[in-house]
Amino acid sequence: MNLLFVVLIPFIGAGLAAWVSRFGRLQSAWMAGGVALASLIALAPSVTAPFLGETLVQRIPWIPALGLDLAFRLDGLGLLFALMILGIGLLVILYARYYLAERDCMGRFYGYLLLFMGSMLGIVLSENLILLLMFWELTSLSSFLLISYWQHREDARTGARMALAVTGLGGLAMLGGFVLLGEMVGSYDLSVVLASGDLIRSDPLYTPMLVLILLGAFTKSAQFPFHFWLPHAMAAPTPVSAYLHSATLVKAGVFLLARLFPVLSGTTEWSVLVMGAGLSTLLIGAYFALFKHDLKGLLAYSTISHLGLITLLFGIGTPLAAVAGVFHIINHATFKASLFMAAGIIDHECGTRDMRRINGLWRYMPYTGTLAMVAAAAMAGVPLFNGFLSKEMFFGETVTFSANHTWEWLLPSAVVVAGIFAVAYSLRFIHDVFFNGDPVDLPKTPHEPPRWMKVPVEILVAICLLVGMLPAFTVAPLLSVAATGVLQSAPPDYDLAIWHGVNAALIMSIAASVGGILLYVGRRPLFNLATKLEGLLDARAVFDWLLKGLLALAGAVTRTLDTGSLQRMLLVFILSALTLGTVGFLGGDAPLTGDHDLLPADAVSLLVTIALITVALWTVILHRRRLTALIVMGALGLLVSLIFVKFSAPDLALTQLSVEVVTIVLLLLALYFLPQHSPSESSRARRIRDIGVAGLAGGGAAALTWSVLTRPYESIADFFLENSVPGGGGANVVNVILVDFRGFDTLGEISVLALAGLGIYAMLKDLRLPGPTCDARGRPWNWDMHPTIMAALTRLLLPLALLVSAFIFLRGHNLPGGGFIAGLITAIALIMQYLANGVEWTHSRMTSNLHPVIGAGLMIGLLTGLASLVFGYPFLTSAFTHVHWPVIGDFELASAIAFDLGVYLVVVGATLLILVHLGLMHHASHPDEPEPSAPNHA
Amino acid sequence: MEALIALIIGVLTACGVYLALRARTFPVVIGLTLLSYAVNLFLFVTGRLTVGQPAVISDQAVGYTDPLPQALVLTAIVISFGMTAFIIMLALKARAELGTDQVDGRLDGGDAPNERGPERGRQHG
Repeated sequence: MNLLFVVLIPFIGAGLAAWVSRFGRLQSAWMAGGVALASLIALAPSVTAPFLGETLVQRIPWIPALGLDLAFRLDGLGLLFALMILGIGLLVILYARYYLAERDCMGRFYGYLLLFMGSMLGIVLSENLILLLMFWELTSLSSFLLISYWQHREDARTGARMALAVTGLGGLAMLGGFVLLGEMVGSYDLSVVLASGDLIRSDPLYTPMLVLILLGAFTKSAQFPFHFWLPHAMAAPTPVSAYLHSATLVKAGVFLLARLFPVLSGTTEWSVLVMGAGLSTLLIGAYFALFKHDLKGLLAYSTISHLGLITLLFGIGTPLAAVAGVFHIINHATFKASLFMAAGIIDHECGTRDMRRINGLWRYMPYTGTLAMVAAAAMAGVPLFNGFLSKEMFFGETVTFSANHTWEWLLPSAVVVAGIFAVAYSLRFIHDVFFNGDPVDLPKTPHEPPRWMKVPVEILVAICLLVGMLPAFTVAPLLSVAATGVLQSAPPDYDLAIWHGVNAALIMSIAASVGGILLYVGRRPLFNLATKLEGLLDARAVFDWLLKGLLALAGAVTRTLDTGSLQRMLLVFILSALTLGTVGFLGGDAPLTGDHDLLPADAVSLLVTIALITVALWTVILHRRRLTALIVMGALGLLVSLIFVKFSAPDLALTQLSVEVVTIVLLLLALYFLPQHSPSESSRARRIRDIGVAGLAGGGAAALTWSVLTRPYESIADFFLENSVPGGGGANVVNVILVDFRGFDTLGEISVLALAGLGIYAMLKDLRLPGPTCDARGRPWNWDMHPTIMAALTRLLLPLALLVSAFIFLRGHNLPGGGFIAGLITAIALIMQYLANGVEWTHSRMTSNLHPVIGAGLMIGLLTGLASLVFGYPFLTSAFTHVHWPVIGDFELASAIAFDLGVYLVVVGATLLILVHLGLMHHASHPDEPEPSAPNHA
Repeated sequence: MEALIALIIGVLTACGVYLALRARTFPVVIGLTLLSYAVNLFLFVTGRLTVGQPAVISDQAVGYTDPLPQALVLTAIVISFGMTAFIIMLALKARAELGTDQVDGRLDGGDAPNERGPERGRQHG
């Protein structure tokens, strides 16, 4: 199961790294380093497997019904990427420790970085496509956090948002593609998918599926026309750029191309789409890179160009091209990471990244200059450096590919042009920065960076050199297994030697080098031309325009629908519901009345019905006299609970009764702060319209009820009735359903109640409302103290009420009652003390801090559920036993009662929290309460 | 009996909808409370009407009503209380922030003058 841990460790470590930052600035750097190392160690036992020709698959069932497993896979390709992610990640962690300034929060940085690292590892190690997609989206989110790390900067925020929008939309398209792919194959497992190439390619939905998946890959890998987000992501701190744009984020797209290469490639659609995107990206990136004055801008566009190169190689589609693609992935990761780090050092030491001002740094930092030169040479494709090898293979592949096609000169010429630009911009990176006269007006005097800041660059540059000079002894085995992982079969023969004799590829390399030098020498007129052309090809403008249009549209829709009037919204809502219901009913041919046997009506029921309807109508008629309407409504609740009694629902009747009391108290307390009267505002026409709408809604509800009640039905009730006693250990089936069968639902419901309570607490905190000075009829408010007889009585009644509540709670499992009802009764008993004795009197005897009660209730509920996991049962499985107590007799002990206790505590806590804080507001609303004028006091 | 229940639910819905369409917060809250009675009753009676057969297992029972809708409605009643409480607090908050209890989007109206006057004075005083 070590692969799970490889992915999981960075996620856990992210929290730890953020947390330890409170113990000192550098602690999170150490922690992050340790976490990356731990993840690497977790990977270690499996490293040999791909070399032995094995593909490791480790699987934990998650949601098997949806074909989603926590399944991880390690083959050559996954191993290569995991090593790059962790290796370069470690170097970036070391580098960032010196790069970040004092005022930057280290904990946040390393937390985000580890989050991102875990997501990337998840992508490359996933066996399941849906799991892969989840990690894919996580990289979008965590890279958003990383790019916007300097939140105070506008460009960081917009850049991050753009990256998220583009890659997020791509991810959405990819989800569609994956679902199509999974449905074609019948499985979301990569092992199955990778073995079904022919099936997939011959599917009629192949093309839409390919387009959707490629949209995901291209947006992530910044392929034209989605390349524009990448340069704007340069607003991130340089360590982030070094990580995201060398080995990780943008490589996720090409990783996906490589991963699905065996099943998607080999068709005309693939060649056209992938090669087209690759070639245009290669050229556009190389062109723009040359003319960027920003050091990181140059690197950003060169990254785009190199990603285009890799994409183009996969687009060519031959096995050898795929090998070259994998090879260039490795090489680009090493030289680009070191170049970004060098650019970061220069930025750090000079205080600017503008190449028009940074000149002649060779005098100040020759060592960094040497390192940068090596890396730039690798980027340009100079012999003896690693970039040369993969670029030679690339040139060779384009020639081989074109040999069989018309216009065979076109592709090789285009890539040579790109090569010329690559040499020119690499040359510019070195010449402009380290030579070319003296620095212009730098904010700081540059000097060599701290020793350890150079170490990551040194390591990467050493790899560039070693791979470039001794490929067969360094990269060859890893490249071979990675290529096997891509092709899912043994790779073709290839030769990693530096010298292959004079062939087309060598001539193209020489042409690119010579052309690049000439281009750079004659750059002045070209720069002038580029300045004139700037802005013509700005994809960002298109993006901004689209975004603005979308926002304007959303705004217009919202403004049309929502004018700030609740009445209007409710009217739209009710009318829509009515229309949908009517259309649905008229559309079918079912009769209104079914053939279920009807119950005969009796006189009492008739009386209750008449009473209920009268009271309901009275509430409406009296609604402008608010207090009266509220009291009348209280009667309504009592009548409803009578209905529950009549139709065999004692639990509901008890609940309704107690909720009714609490609701009326609540509304009375609230009404104190509201006008006592509703003015008559609606016009006659308005009222007639509303009566019409209300009549229709009521008629609809009545018709619906009638047609439901007159139809026979099948219920799953038998299961609950049969299993309640043997399975749940309780005779009251309603309660057993609540705390046992559907305990998870109940846990959710008490969480909602707790949230409502806490939300109300948050709203009432600091809320100051004036209380009324006179009542509805203009009589001055009475400040008399609480009536003595009532106060004495409620104090006497309290123990009795609590006893009743305990009784109701304990018998709940077998007879009507339970946590909900008992909680409400307790709450009412305590509220009565507030009402009768006043807030101060009660507060001096009881805590007003109810958060712990709510917390304890939720905790008990959760722990009861988790306890069953410990014993190996599903969440919230209940256990019960019968114990014999002397004197009392047989006594049932069920774990569900602990859960019910949680319910009880949450209900008590939330109800009291709401009412007590509302009551406290009363107290605060008249601090000048005229106590001396209260003769009954004391 | 079914007709009576249908009638009750219909009247409760109609009254609830009418009150919910008023322009002030308090009637809206009362209206929503009436609507939640109607909804709870409707959910409850989807288990059909059974007289005198509560779902408490015992040897003497001749039959049982459907306990499932009851369990659903029990929590629904409690949650409705939480919702009512939340909405009425929103109403209080709105009155504190906006100085009015109107919900029809007209912020200029304010409270009726006979009530507004003394309160305003109190606020400033």
